[in-house]
Amino acid sequence: MEAGTNLKALPASGALPAGAAHGRNTVPRNEGLALDLGLLADVRVNLSATERRVASITGRRAVKKDAQAAWLLKAVTCIDLTTLNGDDTPERVKRLCAKAKAPVRADILDALGMSATRITTGAICVYHRYVATAVEALAGSGIPVAAVSTGFPAGLVPHDVKLREIEASVADGAAEIDIVITREHVLTGNWQALYDEMRDFRAACGDAHVKAILATGDLKTLRNVARASLVCMMAGADFIKTSTGKEGVNATLAVTLAMIRTIRAYEELTGIRVGYKPAGGISAAKDVLAYQFLMKEELGRPWLEPELFRIGASSLLADIERQLEHHVTGRYSAFNRHPVG
Amino acid sequence: MSVAEFFDSMDYGSAPEADDAVRAWLQRHGSRFGHFIGGRFVEPAGGRRFDTLEPATGRMLASVAEGDTADIDATVAAARAAQEPWSWLGGHGRARHLYALARAVQRHGRILAVLESLDNGKPIRESRDLDVPLAARHFYHHAGWAQLQETSFPDHVPLGVVGQIIPWNFPLLMLAWKVAPALALGNTVVLKPAEYTPLTALLFAEIARDAGLPDGVLNIVTGGGETGAALVRHPDIDKIAFTGSTEVGRQIRQATAGSGKSLTLELGGKSPFIVFDDADLDGAVEGVVDSIWFNQGQVCCAGSRLLVQESIAEPFIARLKRRMETLRIGSPLDKTIDMGAIVDPIQLHRIRELVETGVAEGATLVQPQTALPQGGSFFPPTLLTGVHPAATVAQEEIFGPVMVAMTFRTPEEAVQLANNTRYGLAASIWSETIGLALDIAPKLKAGVVWINATNLFDAAVGFGGTRESGFGREGGREGALDYLKPRAWAERRPLAAPPPLPETAIQAASSGSFTIPPIDRTAKLFVGGRQVRPDGNGSLPVLSPQGVRLGEVGEGSRKDIRNAVAAARGAEGWSRATAHGRAQILYYLAENLSARAAEFSARIAAMTGASVDDAETEVEASIRRLFAYGAWADKFDGAVRNPPIRGVALAVNEPIGVVGVVCPPEAPLLALVSLVAPLVAMGNRVVVLPSERHPLSATDLYQVIETSDVPAGVINIVTGPQRPLARTLAEHDDVDALWVFGDPALAADAERLSAGNLKRVLTDDGLATDWQDPAAAEGAVLLRHAVQVKSIWIPYGE
Repeated sequence: MEAGTNLKALPASGALPAGAAHGRNTVPRNEGLALDLGLLADVRVNLSATERRVASITGRRAVKKDAQAAWLLKAVTCIDLTTLNGDDTPERVKRLCAKAKAPVRADILDALGMSATRITTGAICVYHRYVATAVEALAGSGIPVAAVSTGFPAGLVPHDVKLREIEASVADGAAEIDIVITREHVLTGNWQALYDEMRDFRAACGDAHVKAILATGDLKTLRNVARASLVCMMAGADFIKTSTGKEGVNATLAVTLAMIRTIRAYEELTGIRVGYKPAGGISAAKDVLAYQFLMKEELGRPWLEPELFRIGASSLLADIERQLEHHVTGRYSAFNRHPVG
Repeated sequence: MSVAEFFDSMDYGSAPEADDAVRAWLQRHGSRFGHFIGGRFVEPAGGRRFDTLEPATGRMLASVAEGDTADIDATVAAARAAQEPWSWLGGHGRARHLYALARAVQRHGRILAVLESLDNGKPIRESRDLDVPLAARHFYHHAGWAQLQETSFPDHVPLGVVGQIIPWNFPLLMLAWKVAPALALGNTVVLKPAEYTPLTALLFAEIARDAGLPDGVLNIVTGGGETGAALVRHPDIDKIAFTGSTEVGRQIRQATAGSGKSLTLELGGKSPFIVFDDADLDGAVEGVVDSIWFNQGQVCCAGSRLLVQESIAEPFIARLKRRMETLRIGSPLDKTIDMGAIVDPIQLHRIRELVETGVAEGATLVQPQTALPQGGSFFPPTLLTGVHPAATVAQEEIFGPVMVAMTFRTPEEAVQLANNTRYGLAASIWSETIGLALDIAPKLKAGVVWINATNLFDAAVGFGGTRESGFGREGGREGALDYLKPRAWAERRPLAAPPPLPETAIQAASSGSFTIPPIDRTAKLFVGGRQVRPDGNGSLPVLSPQGVRLGEVGEGSRKDIRNAVAAARGAEGWSRATAHGRAQILYYLAENLSARAAEFSARIAAMTGASVDDAETEVEASIRRLFAYGAWADKFDGAVRNPPIRGVALAVNEPIGVVGVVCPPEAPLLALVSLVAPLVAMGNRVVVLPSERHPLSATDLYQVIETSDVPAGVINIVTGPQRPLARTLAEHDDVDALWVFGDPALAADAERLSAGNLKRVLTDDGLATDWQDPAAAEGAVLLRHAVQVKSIWIPYGE
């Protein structure tokens, strides 16, 4: 296949407004493609080969000492610090925002020689109800607020309700919208419906960047995951994201490899860089390093920055803080030594 | 670099593995080692030593003993003394020892891995994650075979003292592959590690001794080629197991010819890596990395010929080039590299020369912009594109990190290109279509086939080659059998010299009289399904023991052998025929032979002087034997192995191909049937040299064959002087195996001459076979030699 031959402009009805840079999202937006079912038919993902690759990556790559500290700090800047619980309250969200602005203790940053670098998390991720609270709490920090949307997590509310939910969050100041796809469309192979839905979400987002949550734990096979990834990118997703955190299985390295390889294929085809966000289940510092290795090896250096890489996590930050303190002091650290979010 | 600099660059930095435990071990030995003989380190008799170096730096690691004939004598004597008590210990006792060795390898995993990487130059990731765990797995698995020996191999006995010579690319792992089965099944071992990489064997010997392995059971002699040659020549060795180059394999084949030593060879390769247009291309790119850049490409089974379907060649090569840019080359002890050092400057030089030749012959050179470390023997990952089968680099084993790429149009062409090599070790097939992948796997000339994978190894799955990649298997049940011999064969006695030939031919009584003579019957040769005159148009008399002329047979020559082999090669359809179909024909042969039993009995009696009763017994036994192989044809089948992956590995019994059969002088019908029937039952095509003295039973058989629907070319019979005909067969490069029974001198000749294409040779070692005894001459005892096991790895999952 030659790059460009499948690059067709979207039909006029689906034309999207060109997005202005918003929050940290400075890479050009993904304007999407017409749905190309031929590309989907070509998708091949061999599970065993995928598993062998992800099994070997942690053996072939390692970062130690100062390099490790730097990689972990970089991971902090990619975290979408998240609270998505039924018992969320404004105060809980404000506390999280405070943590997002100062995720690592100043004395640790100082010891690492990093006090001159502004270290914040990549975003705060909340339900629509708390978007305004978070926007206010983060005012002036440059940290974007991401809202989960479209009937998160199951995504089974009426389509027009989904669009109204997106618009409401954008109106409240959300710079990023994490939508959930209708899994039925993937499981029944109704790619046109998935494409149309995603395109509508993208249009409703306006200038806000859109992350498409595939709920890979529901899609089950890597072939489904890869196909859904492609369709969402063709329909204009700025990021593709694994999970809501509510499925039985959340982000895994195998799913990650399958998804980021479609990101690479999409870039080869269009020149457009789409971001990747694993979410759920990444709670240890050493786990996040494996994800970073995969991003660097399979996609390249740009995908280690928050513009193209986010990690949906709530407890990961605390473990990274402990590792960083250990790096500074040589003593193993404890959770209670680091302010909670 | 500071944290801030790493934060900006996001480089990996280095992650070195500590080597202090290894340095301390070397220091304890004063960086000086003797041979390990009879449970202790012994200075070399001749006092000669050599240094082993660190490939990554060129620095000396240790001084090692260079073994000579006296050292070999002492070592073999130690192994011999230990063999009977080791064997008498019984399966369970040996299982306990093997289990202890497995645990010991795990317990000392780290020091073994670091020492291996220092001495060999391979990345610590590989020695830690592959070599050492696989070595431990081999001892565990073979502890199992020891435990089950009495029940699983009740009709077999150990070979005795085994000499093992292993290469430098996987020093510890090859030791495990060799030592574990040998010891498990009651043999004792003299092992010579490679000159470049002797240290892990010495450390292992120490670990094994500390784990309680009795003295003399495992002995290590270090040294180079001369030391190995002395081991090969030693008369008190019962088997040589060699892994290494095809060139040295040939020398060993010649050196052991006629010695009665068992031999298994695991040699070089130029294995194909086939990517179809429906493959997971990213998965296949990663497969290439694991195939040719694993262990710096110094892997005998490395997929080193990339065959890509033309329709996807461009994107595939583009992705491969991109991937090459992210490969990291560095210190073997750095945990964040993909490739370490080439084992020795000599190898590095050879790789460079071959790559230069490839480019000179028109290939396009692709190498990443990766910096190489200074000081040691390093070579970048290399891809040569636009290579044609005629190019040197497409045919020669490079044994380095160099992939050569070419394209194919159709599955048929992929098979043709894949098999266009003198080697036959391994192959990788990449396709997401199960029908395609499983169709290609049996068509490839290789001992191991990986589907959507590469370089998978396990102790439960046989590994080994065909063609000039050698013979014999390591791992699995088939590997265990290569360290045993049938009890019925072990009890054979040396052949008695045949009675002298009668001085002169006496004409038959009716000859020359005025009675109506019988119609002349001129026995011809049987080639390609037809009775043909010998090329030289000559004949030889056949005499009874009293010297009575019983008839004449065609005097076959080189050219008749050539024609017979061509006919056998052409009868390829027989190898693909169903086992049921082959069984029907064997039964039919039995039926038609039975119809003419009286005639065959009379002929045997006349030719051999046997009593009519004995002759009838021989014919009856021959009919039974044909029935036996009709029965076996669809029952000597393969197995499904259970390696520790999600998937299966099939052990498929495949025919070897074209097999020459040299029949012994005695039992002119039964011996021929006993040798031909198992081969034919398993799908081989044969060229038979019948009993030189009593050939008429074979020529009488033509009509039986002709009336039994045996396809043309499956059984070819060439009468005449066995010696020159057997030599021609042994030298013939299109003959895949040779069975020689009866004449020890002929067997020695055949073994020596077989070195050309390294065909598998089965001989009776100059021992007499009781053809009437099914234990010695019927069933699995021979069927095993009529097939080669192909291991087909099929990982699965969606």
